[in-house]
Amino acid sequence: MADGIKDKVAILGMGCTKFGERWDCGPEQLMVEAFQECIEDAGIDKSQIQAAWFGQCYDEIGTGKGSLGLPFALRLPYIPVTRVENFCATGTEAFRGAVYAVASGACDIALAQGVEKLKDTGYGGLPAMDSANSGSLTGQVMPNISAPGAFAQLASAYRAKHNVSYEDLKRAIAQVSVKSHDNGSKNPKAHLRKPISIDRVMASPIIADPLGLFDCCGVSDGSACAIVTTPEIAKSLGKTDLVSVKALQLAVSNGQEQSHKSWDGSYFATTRNAAKRAYEESGIKNPREEISMIEVHDCFSITEFVTYEDLFISPEGGALKDVMDGFYNSDGQVPCQIDGGLKCFGHPIGASGLRMLYEMYLQLLGRAGERQLSDPKIGLTHNLGGFPFSNVSAMSIVGLYE
Amino acid sequence: MVGITSYGGYIPRLRLNRGAIYGANAWMAPGLIGSAGGERSMANWDEDSLTMAVEAARDCIAGFDKTKIDAAYLASLNLPFEDRQNCGIMAAALNLEENVESADFTASNRAGLSAVISGINAVKTGDYRNALIAAGDRRITKMAYLHELWAGDGAASLLIGSENVIAEFKGACSITDDFVDHFRGHGQQFDYNWEERWIKDEGITKLVPKAIKGVLNKTGVEGKEIARFVMPCVFGRVPAQIAGGFDIAPEKVSDNMHMVCGDTASAHPLVMLVSALETAAPGDKILVTAFGQGAVAILFEVTENITKLSKRNGISGSLADKKEEMNYIKFLSHRGMLNQDWMMRAEGNYKTALTTLYRNRKMILGMVGGKCTKCGTAQYPKAEICVNPECGEIGTQEDCEFADQPGTIKTYTSDLLTYTLDPPAHYGMITFENEGRSMFDFTDYEQGKIEVGLPVKMVFRIRNFDNPRGFTQYYWKAKPVISKEEA
Repeated sequence: MADGIKDKVAILGMGCTKFGERWDCGPEQLMVEAFQECIEDAGIDKSQIQAAWFGQCYDEIGTGKGSLGLPFALRLPYIPVTRVENFCATGTEAFRGAVYAVASGACDIALAQGVEKLKDTGYGGLPAMDSANSGSLTGQVMPNISAPGAFAQLASAYRAKHNVSYEDLKRAIAQVSVKSHDNGSKNPKAHLRKPISIDRVMASPIIADPLGLFDCCGVSDGSACAIVTTPEIAKSLGKTDLVSVKALQLAVSNGQEQSHKSWDGSYFATTRNAAKRAYEESGIKNPREEISMIEVHDCFSITEFVTYEDLFISPEGGALKDVMDGFYNSDGQVPCQIDGGLKCFGHPIGASGLRMLYEMYLQLLGRAGERQLSDPKIGLTHNLGGFPFSNVSAMSIVGLYE
Repeated sequence: MVGITSYGGYIPRLRLNRGAIYGANAWMAPGLIGSAGGERSMANWDEDSLTMAVEAARDCIAGFDKTKIDAAYLASLNLPFEDRQNCGIMAAALNLEENVESADFTASNRAGLSAVISGINAVKTGDYRNALIAAGDRRITKMAYLHELWAGDGAASLLIGSENVIAEFKGACSITDDFVDHFRGHGQQFDYNWEERWIKDEGITKLVPKAIKGVLNKTGVEGKEIARFVMPCVFGRVPAQIAGGFDIAPEKVSDNMHMVCGDTASAHPLVMLVSALETAAPGDKILVTAFGQGAVAILFEVTENITKLSKRNGISGSLADKKEEMNYIKFLSHRGMLNQDWMMRAEGNYKTALTTLYRNRKMILGMVGGKCTKCGTAQYPKAEICVNPECGEIGTQEDCEFADQPGTIKTYTSDLLTYTLDPPAHYGMITFENEGRSMFDFTDYEQGKIEVGLPVKMVFRIRNFDNPRGFTQYYWKAKPVISKEEA
């Protein structure tokens, strides 16, 4: 009987680039920038890495298909490298691959690195996936849905389910963005670093109703990575304060939300499943009380809003009150997006999951500078890919290794 | 007895006020003023001759047993494919039986009535129980041109059969004469027209009477017995003049619908005929004609059964469902006549994998999903494994038509980011009465009036244009059911 991943793997080092419109950098430079910080932090030599997992979503831009992008950029010495892609949860997937490899005993030290170079498309927003779909059935039947358009629909269903007015929900999701910008303004690696007001968010031009410009995360370039090993090896390498993996979960849609009456359109069935399993794996009984901080997939303000409930931190229908009460603010009970989130970092797909972990890692080790929370013990990351009606929801829980 | 057993009609919801055309073009063509009154129907960006014909045909066969349709004919001067049977797409959209005879009728304004005559002849042989005729035309004309004002977009459909005939076929007469009032040569986008006075004097007023005379002689019916004279003609006074020559009183002459719709070319005889049938009484003799490289006249006599035909949306129903459009630029844009900057997101590759289309043709063109024979769950798309988590049976699904399922909006958005020829794109999840559901684009909606729970009906529309390859991609969309008060 499997006993889960808890405390089997520790993070030896992490790195993260400055996120933003990195016109001067290709994916190769971004990967090197994150990796240099990471390997220095890990205190090992590149030759000690025995396997790598490489996360990059869009092979139309960036480094193409296959796994060559990472070893070419880092000049890795003929080690196994696997490229993974799972929509916007790609970064967490790379991490999962590396962690599982170490936990299995197949290797001692593994690298997980994610990168995305989005600003080579020539337009804002995520690249359209049309050319990739030209042979598929999806390309012939699915509406030409944009990411904001997909997630905006959560709002229509949430309002109908909980009888919330358009204005009240609009204001609550505006506060979600305001909180993240407050946090991001204190983070030198964030792309967007200006605080914003609720009024400004609510007055911003509509992208996909009810989401306005400031309800949408930025689009940026970036890379983040982690080197993982066992706690024993980490200690043998001289590490004292260790951050270990407490849970790694992934839940993937199977068409039920899209084709069966059991889903009401207002939440993520995947996240609810992944969260339950992650809490069980990590031994968390009461997430609202036990989790110190969360980094959730705030591609859009409404996504973060419903995720509060899907993680069972806010009660069903209770997200609005928690948001307006400041429960998720940096001085609230469960600070969310303490680094600024996707909202301020933007969302270089392959990197985002690892960027979330990077902040949890810094916070747990007391290295988060101006943003440092007092004495966090458990951090949760939630990294979502796809659309509300068909998606992959990846979660990790990390904490101090006792 | 062979004749019409049902009818259907479709006029697109948008109506362009002709003042908009005149206002934009008066500086160069002040003479347009003479035809600038009223409004003309205007296909939405996602409508063409085929989609309109499909909608008219759906209206026509509603409540009828589709498995008894043995022939389907599509007539139009403006079909999306020069080589790929367009009627085959219509048959797939209607989910007709595989062993249906099908054909396209085109290249003359007479094509609509030619298809009707073929349908009648087919049923008369006894080999075909019912023949479905649909005619639709979305007319593309040059800008600032009288035909731009005269033309309308629309479709109509007739079911021909021998049981419960509502209008008995009495006789027909066709004249074939290569009188070229206009033509559109290969590869040309627009018609080339000759002088109107000549068309009127040498063409219409000589050839149409020949056909009328022929059918009256054949049937032994006298002109004064005609209750409705249906003659499409953009020259408003001509039909009454011709009718007068046969002792048909002016009040028997059908309106050419110029003020409310415009002339729908090969579909127009059927459009006007359906309009006449909507108010016809048993015993009415209806004479319908068409002009084009000759002329044709068909005589029908309405029977008692017309009182038993269930209510159709028809031409009057579609005319009532309207939204006035004053934007001439939008009209041109919807017809692909402008060269706007749609930005980089419009550069996508919309190639259709024909293998994929063929495997999924019932779903893509016919909106056929599945229903699990084990647990009864209707689902879209049809799948190998039942989507009901309590069931999960393999290979238990039978075909389940979704196109006529009433639906409601479950989730929605109005998306300004994604590429569409009519921004903002509206789409969302539709749940159906049978509890199936899926994501669909919305069309013909009222902006700002979309809400969860709004009822919708599914309509067959253009999904995308693959311009580099000249391929038009069709699929189904949700059209909000808008009450007249809200429109």
